[in-house]
Amino acid sequence: MKPVSVVEGQMVPLPHANIDTDQIIPKQFLKGVKRTGLGPNLFYNWAYDEEGERESGFVLNRPEYAEAAVLVAGPNFGCGSSREHAVWSLADAGFEAILAPSFGPILENNCYQNGLLPVVLGDDDAEEFAKLAADPANSVTIDLPAQRVSSGDFTASFEIDPHVKERLLNGWDQVDITLQSVADIEAYESSRPSFMPALG
Amino acid sequence: MLDKVWDDHVVRSAPGEPDLLYVDMHLIHEVTSPQAFESLALSGRRVRRPDLSMATVDHGIPTVGRELGITDPLSKRQIEALEQNCEEHGITLFGVDDLRQGIVHIIGPEQGLTQPGMFIVCGDSHTSTHGAFGALAIGIGTSEVEHVLATQTLPRAKPGSLAVTVDGDLPLGVTAKDVILGIIREIGVNGGHETVIEYRGSTITGLSMAGRMTVCNMSTEAGAVAGMIAPDDTTFAYLEGRPYVPTGALWEEMVAYWETTPSDADAVFDREVVIDTAGLEPFVSWGVNPAQVVEVTGRVPSPDSFDDPLERDSARRALEYMDLEPGTAMTDIGIDRVFFGSCTNARIEDLRAGAEVIQGRTVHPDVGAMVVPGSGLVKLQAEEEGLDRIYKEAGFEWRDAGCSMCLAMNDDILSPGERCASTSNRNYEGRQGRGGRTHLMSPQMAVAAAIAGHLVDVRAWQ
Repeated sequence: MKPVSVVEGQMVPLPHANIDTDQIIPKQFLKGVKRTGLGPNLFYNWAYDEEGERESGFVLNRPEYAEAAVLVAGPNFGCGSSREHAVWSLADAGFEAILAPSFGPILENNCYQNGLLPVVLGDDDAEEFAKLAADPANSVTIDLPAQRVSSGDFTASFEIDPHVKERLLNGWDQVDITLQSVADIEAYESSRPSFMPALG
Repeated sequence: MLDKVWDDHVVRSAPGEPDLLYVDMHLIHEVTSPQAFESLALSGRRVRRPDLSMATVDHGIPTVGRELGITDPLSKRQIEALEQNCEEHGITLFGVDDLRQGIVHIIGPEQGLTQPGMFIVCGDSHTSTHGAFGALAIGIGTSEVEHVLATQTLPRAKPGSLAVTVDGDLPLGVTAKDVILGIIREIGVNGGHETVIEYRGSTITGLSMAGRMTVCNMSTEAGAVAGMIAPDDTTFAYLEGRPYVPTGALWEEMVAYWETTPSDADAVFDREVVIDTAGLEPFVSWGVNPAQVVEVTGRVPSPDSFDDPLERDSARRALEYMDLEPGTAMTDIGIDRVFFGSCTNARIEDLRAGAEVIQGRTVHPDVGAMVVPGSGLVKLQAEEEGLDRIYKEAGFEWRDAGCSMCLAMNDDILSPGERCASTSNRNYEGRQGRGGRTHLMSPQMAVAAAIAGHLVDVRAWQ
């Protein structure tokens, strides 16, 4: 995983509550066996009409937001289905971070696994960034080491699990980290109750 | 109970780090696993514990015409990939032609692979279903599926706890589905954020295992990490004699262990919510998230009735998508389709309850209705009990097991503008097909709607 430290770029506002992963990437795009190429299908049902033409009114399709790297969303962003395709499609479309008051729990974990930074903000701060994002000329800087987000004169701080932060800053792969604990895993396995079910 | 089950699974704990938890059972399906197996192969790793993994095909599999093979080339490729991956790593697969195939959250319990005190994961948000047995069961993404395949563990910081207490007898015609819809309406779709919900109280303990699974299943719709219900004699009676549950001395040892897992009487929760059963009625959804529900006797609300600006915005957008006017009586809403299925409501108890509503009536001529049993074994049992005949004679289609129109990855999909009464768990925009409009409800209510051609209060028929 590529390390994440400072994200700088244009914001795009999508400040509705409870945007679920079915909206981020609809089911017809879950039939692949690869992680790649999902960007063009991001928010498909909002981004394209029923004939497959781009909806010019959808905020992500507006040419002035073409460079957006940070999505500013409402609470509970990415609730619903566990599909990691949601994160793959956001990353493939050029997003590096999401600002929101809260995230769906599975999506938040999926973000961390892919180096996409989910920034949890207070309600008022999130609202302020949504207002700032409404002007495409505004850019944002997310400083992960300092746990600060700023746009122009406005700055907010955010919390993040220190272990997750370290992993993101170093681009560490979680499997690699866990495999350093193989001895602990083996010790646990040797003491598991024998009545626990097993197959095959 | 969360603390006890959690502590029993800690492989490694260190200050400032998440706990490393041991996974007792990893459930796998065809849609969220191919990329995980691919990465595993690229890094030259093997599945650590194939014996603690179980796979099936459910999300993309057709529910009709299976004798013709899988005709969708993309779904076929995913299913074949799972078959190859299971073959290569020695994972037991309940595949396309196996009678035990079905929705992963239905067959785990059915086979006895879901037991109290276990830590269960699956690349699917409705893994919360298994919490009905007093297991800690959480949904994970594909990268974490790879992590579990490689290490049989998952790192997690411990979530908070939320007690939801429901006491008292359920009013006539009110089901487990209405209990959970009522809970979600009360606490909201983000009300369980960063917590594991423990459902308690006499209403919950009075539910069958099927009902408890319906409740825990939709914990994810309340934004929770998981849902749990303490194991008791109902749980033990359900499990006894299942294929992967041992007998004799081991059974005794297991039950003795299980009896230690429920919360102590003086257990402290981070938050507590009490739901009044007197306020529970058959619920139906009017909007595009599972908190947007109202009593079937109620009306479509006005967006202006919501104080919170985000909820108002959400309601306004929902009514536009659902093509509904505020003030419309719910029972005046006509429907085009009925979907009876999903990991929420496709167990034998659900099929029996739905069949009882029929009483010789037939599906409305303008409605297309399908029943999709949750597993091959549920389907077989229903057929042995003659339920298939009741449904077919009433005009329902009787399908093979799978996720089907809950998420519409196969051909079971709504056309734009079609309105569906559904026993599933998500009424999100486009969930059952682009432009499709979903109304969530109990099996009894969905069967009644199929017959009436519009939403209807099934209590008037009882």
